[in-house]
Amino acid sequence: MSVSAPTEHESVMDLKFLDFEQPIAELEAKIDELRFVGNDSEVNISEEVARLKSKSENLTRSIFAKLSAWQIAQLARHPMRPYTADYLQILSPDFQELHGDRMYADDPAIIGGVGRLDGRSVMFIGHQKGRDTKERVRRNYGMPKPEGYRKAQRLMRLAEKFSLPIVTFIDTPGAYPGVGAEERGQSEAIARSLYMMARLRTPIISVVIGEGGSGGALAIGVSDRLLMLQYGVYSVISPEGCASILWKSAEKAAEAAEAMRITADSLSKFKLVDEVLPEPLGAAHRDPAATAEVIRGALVRHLDALGRLGIDELLEQRRLRLASFGDFKEA
Amino acid sequence: MSWFEKLMPSRISTEKRTRSVPEGVWIKCPRCDAQLYRNELERNLMVCPKCDHHMRIGARQRLEYFFDPDSIEEIAANLEPQDPLKFRDSKRYRDRIVQAQKKTGEKDALVAASGSLMGRPVVACAFEFSFMGGSMGSVVGERFCRAAAHAADHRKPLVAFSASGGARMQEALFSLLQMAKTSAALALLGELGVPYISVMTDPTTGGVSASLAMLGDVNIAEPRALIGFAGPRVIEQTVRQKLPEGFQRSEFLLDHGAIDLIVDRRKLRDEIADLIAKFEHKPKPAP
Repeated sequence: MSVSAPTEHESVMDLKFLDFEQPIAELEAKIDELRFVGNDSEVNISEEVARLKSKSENLTRSIFAKLSAWQIAQLARHPMRPYTADYLQILSPDFQELHGDRMYADDPAIIGGVGRLDGRSVMFIGHQKGRDTKERVRRNYGMPKPEGYRKAQRLMRLAEKFSLPIVTFIDTPGAYPGVGAEERGQSEAIARSLYMMARLRTPIISVVIGEGGSGGALAIGVSDRLLMLQYGVYSVISPEGCASILWKSAEKAAEAAEAMRITADSLSKFKLVDEVLPEPLGAAHRDPAATAEVIRGALVRHLDALGRLGIDELLEQRRLRLASFGDFKEA
Repeated sequence: MSWFEKLMPSRISTEKRTRSVPEGVWIKCPRCDAQLYRNELERNLMVCPKCDHHMRIGARQRLEYFFDPDSIEEIAANLEPQDPLKFRDSKRYRDRIVQAQKKTGEKDALVAASGSLMGRPVVACAFEFSFMGGSMGSVVGERFCRAAAHAADHRKPLVAFSASGGARMQEALFSLLQMAKTSAALALLGELGVPYISVMTDPTTGGVSASLAMLGDVNIAEPRALIGFAGPRVIEQTVRQKLPEGFQRSEFLLDHGAIDLIVDRRKLRDEIADLIAKFEHKPKPAP
């Protein structure tokens, strides 16, 4: 497993700025240029660099203060965004990946295994996207097939057996819509995960770290606590999919993203998310290590709280939590 | 809509309920093109007597066909949809709801009821596909869960007839979470050892297929029903190849081990009653 999110030594040009970040990109390019000149000519330009840096920071702050839902969706899918394996490397360096569903295959779009989080044993399960083209194809862009969900189920039963709490990281465009996936029972695999997680006798915490795409996300997201990174999104269908069905045009994705309230802030207002985890200025990929520490802090806090409950009490709270989802009128 | 219908106040023009099958004395079978006499077709539970094509039917008709006559008591009929997101695409969700309610006479896309099947008390629910494609929003999820809770409290077997395109996009994440909510209700029912029979009818896809529909102790499908996770068009776009004949039809699912049985609509009562009786160590029920 390799961490490929940028380190601070890499050039900012590797950050792959999004369209709406172009003004920031231009400033940063200028800073880079100045540094290059500085190294070359021994003229002291550090003051100018500092000035531009602070300008860039302010600009970033102002752009990120008013992001649209669609812009946040782009951040959630950012090619440099840290993935499950990146966080695991920081949070649980002794993570051991366990493979396979024991029935058909090992699905690389979901990784899972045992690790430690601040000394306590934890079962980690998460979607995994690939960083470069080859890896993306191998991991099927983070879109699991039935064998992925069945591996997750197997690991969850294992966690239950040894009383390990479960932490899941959600980051998928959705379950894979392919011929083989249908033949092997994609629907059943997802449904069975939901069914199992509802009654699993161990605490479950889910964190949306990127894209929460529909049933493919929920299938590892039934939990006692749902946390969401600030620039993660979670929705019933992709904005493009929703737009092409309801607006008859995928071009209207931005409107669909807004209408579906897919952002962490909106969802927490509807009380569908328990806690929104703040990201560093410019989003998680600007500082994966700092983001990981925020995640660690929240996980430890919630695991402590859940650990104080007896298992029956935990299950009763989970039952009430699941039963409370929905908004309807009783006439 | 003709000029005359446009002139009529909407209250009058919606008196007549639209049914899954157009009104008229004669109905053409969409599969074999046979001209069928409506009364005869209805006696045959809307199955074409010539080619056995199972036509789509509404939720209420479905429950009437299933339960013993005059035994139906509706569950959670008083629930009505809300619009928590104030959702609006080309139309407001609120308007879509009103339109669907007028069209179907239902408050939402699921009808749940208790009643008896060959004398045995059972709970059943059925999706109304003509209500926004049978999509699962908060009311559908809550009704299903109340039906499951009633089944659990009274130890009555639960039967669900699915016909749905999946989640209701206009309720966004609320809709997605109904998958978890309904599956959790079934997990509780399962712990009590109460039988749950899922009957998938044409079509059952998306979030409904990937939750309550696939979780039956026994999964049954009507013949040639379209059943799958992703819709065929989405799959075709993804894999960029033509899908094989019969892909995602009941017979395909049976071949691939996803369902237990394909049962003709006219035999559903017998088969389900007998299954339940066997699970409960009782003799074959008399029709």
